[in-house]
Amino acid sequence: MNDFSDAFWAALRLLADLDPDLLEIVALSLSVSLSATGIAALIGLPLGAAVALIRFPGRRAITIFLNAMMGLPPVVVGLVVYMMLSRAGPLGELGLLFTPTAMVIAQCILITPIVAALTRQTVSDLNEEYEEHLRSLGADTTQRIATLLWDGRFRLLTAVLAGFGRAVAEVGAVLIVGGNIQHSTRVMTTTIALETSKGNLAFALGLGLVLVTVAASVNATVTVITDAASRRYG
Amino acid sequence: MRQAGATVESLRRRERGDGTRPPHPLLPLTVRGLGFWAGERWILKDVSFHLPDATRTVILGPNGAGKSVLLRLCHGLLRPGTGTISWGGLTPQNAASGQALVAQRPVLLRRSVKGNILHALKVRHLPRAQRAERVRATLALAGLEHLKDRPARTLSGGEQQRVTLARAWALRPNVLMLDEPTSSLDPGATRGVEELIRAVDAAGTKIIMTTHDISQGRRLANDVLFLHQGRLIEHAPAGEFFAAPSAPAAAQFIRGELPF
Ligand SMILES: Nc1ncnc2c1ncn2[C@@H]1O[C@H](COP(=O)(O)OP(=O)(O)OP(=O)(O)O)[C@@H](O)[C@H]1O
Ligand SMILES: [Mg+2]
Repeated sequence: MNDFSDAFWAALRLLADLDPDLLEIVALSLSVSLSATGIAALIGLPLGAAVALIRFPGRRAITIFLNAMMGLPPVVVGLVVYMMLSRAGPLGELGLLFTPTAMVIAQCILITPIVAALTRQTVSDLNEEYEEHLRSLGADTTQRIATLLWDGRFRLLTAVLAGFGRAVAEVGAVLIVGGNIQHSTRVMTTTIALETSKGNLAFALGLGLVLVTVAASVNATVTVITDAASRRYG
Repeated sequence: MRQAGATVESLRRRERGDGTRPPHPLLPLTVRGLGFWAGERWILKDVSFHLPDATRTVILGPNGAGKSVLLRLCHGLLRPGTGTISWGGLTPQNAASGQALVAQRPVLLRRSVKGNILHALKVRHLPRAQRAERVRATLALAGLEHLKDRPARTLSGGEQQRVTLARAWALRPNVLMLDEPTSSLDPGATRGVEELIRAVDAAGTKIIMTTHDISQGRRLANDVLFLHQGRLIEHAPAGEFFAAPSAPAAAQFIRGELPF
C-alpha cells in the first residue's frame, strides 16, 4: 500500500506543479473529445429530431439501428476507422492515420448514435404530448420543430453531455487510430494504460484524477440541469 | 377571471349598433351522418345536426359518450370515418385557424404562463407589435397577472385550466370550443370562467362546450346536444331540454339516474 500512497502523493505533486507533459495530454484529450462532441451534436441533433418527426419508409429501422449503435464497442469502431484510414484503405490518401483528426473521427462515430438516439427519444416523447395542441394552433413544420427543440433544450443538452462523457472516457478507439504517440496523439485514457503498464503509477494516477474529475463533473452537470429543469418547467 | 364582468362592455364592441350581429364567417356548422370508428367499434355513429347561430351550444352526455371525440372531429384533429362536417362551407382543417380548442386535459408548454400565450400568438402569426398588448389584456381578463412569470406546468390543476382558456381566448377565435373547462375549478373560479364565456359569446364568438355539471348547462346553454353511447339522442333548445327532455336517457341523465 506504500507504493500506492507514494504514487498518490507524487500524482498530486504533478497536478500542483501543473506538469507540462501532463497538461499537454489533458489539453489534447479535451480538444479531441470536445471536437468530436461538437460534430456529433451537429449531426445527431437534427438527425434525431428528423427521425422523431418526419414519417418516411425505414424510419423504424433507423430508430432500431441508432439504439443498437449506442452500444458500439470502441475497439471495433477503432478497427473500422483504422482500416478506412490506413494506407491501403479507401481514405488512405488523406494520411490521417495516427493524427488527432483520426481520433476525432473515431470518437464522433462512437457518440453520434448516442446523441441522435437520445434526441429522437426526447423529441418524440415531447411531440406525443404537444402534437394535438400544435395542430390545433395550425403550426407548420418549422414552428413544430422549433417548439419541440426549445422545450426539450435541457434534455437535449444532457444528451450531448452524455456523448462527451463517453468520448472522453473511451480508450479502445483512440488507441487504435491515434497510436498513442508521444507529444502527438496521447490522450488521458491511452496514457494511463501505457504508463501503468510501464510502472509509472504517479503519472497514470495524476491523469486518472483529472479524468475522474472531468467525468464526475459531466455527470454532476447532467443531474443539476435535469433537476433544475424539472423543478423550473415541470 | 375576476375582472371578466368589467370587460364585457369592451368586448361588446363587435356587436352592431342596432344589436344585430355581423354574419359569422364559420357558420352554420353542418354535421351530416358523422361516424368515427376506432379499432373495433363505433365511437360516434350517424351524428347529424345543424348549428346556424353564434350562440352557446352545450354538449351533454355521460362519460365515454363521445363528447371529446365530437369536438376534436369538428376542430379537424380527427378525421371522420363517415359523414361530413362543414363550417360555413369550409372543411374542419381549413376552418381550424379561426377556432380555438380548450382541451379536456391541459397541454402546457415548458414555459412561463406568459410564454405559453406568446407562443400561441406567434404560431397564429399575430403581428409582433400587437403581441405584448394582447398578452397583457388576456392576463388581465383571466385574472392571471400574478402568475404570468410562473412556469405554467408548476401551477395547480385549476390554474392550468384557466391558463389554457386564457391562451385560447388570446387567439380571438371566431369559434371557441371548450371541453369541460371548469372540471377542476373551485366555485369562485367556475363563476369567473362562466362570466368569461358569456363575455366571449357577447363578442360574437360561437361557443361549443361540454360539461358534466347540469346546473352549469342550465346556466350557459342556448341549445343542448345530448350524446349517449356515441349517438346524438336529442338536440333541443335549452329551455325545452331541461324542462322536459324527450329522450328517456336524457331525462335519466338530468336526474342523475343514468346507470353506466
Ligand atoms: N383515439 C381513440 N381511439 C380509440 N378509442 C377512443 C379514442 N378516443 C376516444 N376513444 C374512446 O371513445 C369513447 C368516447 O371518448 P370521449 O373522450 O369522446 O368521451 P367523453 O364523452 O368526452 O367522456 P368524458 O365525459 O369522460 O370526457 C371512449 O370510450 C374512449 O375510450
Ligand atoms: Mg371528454
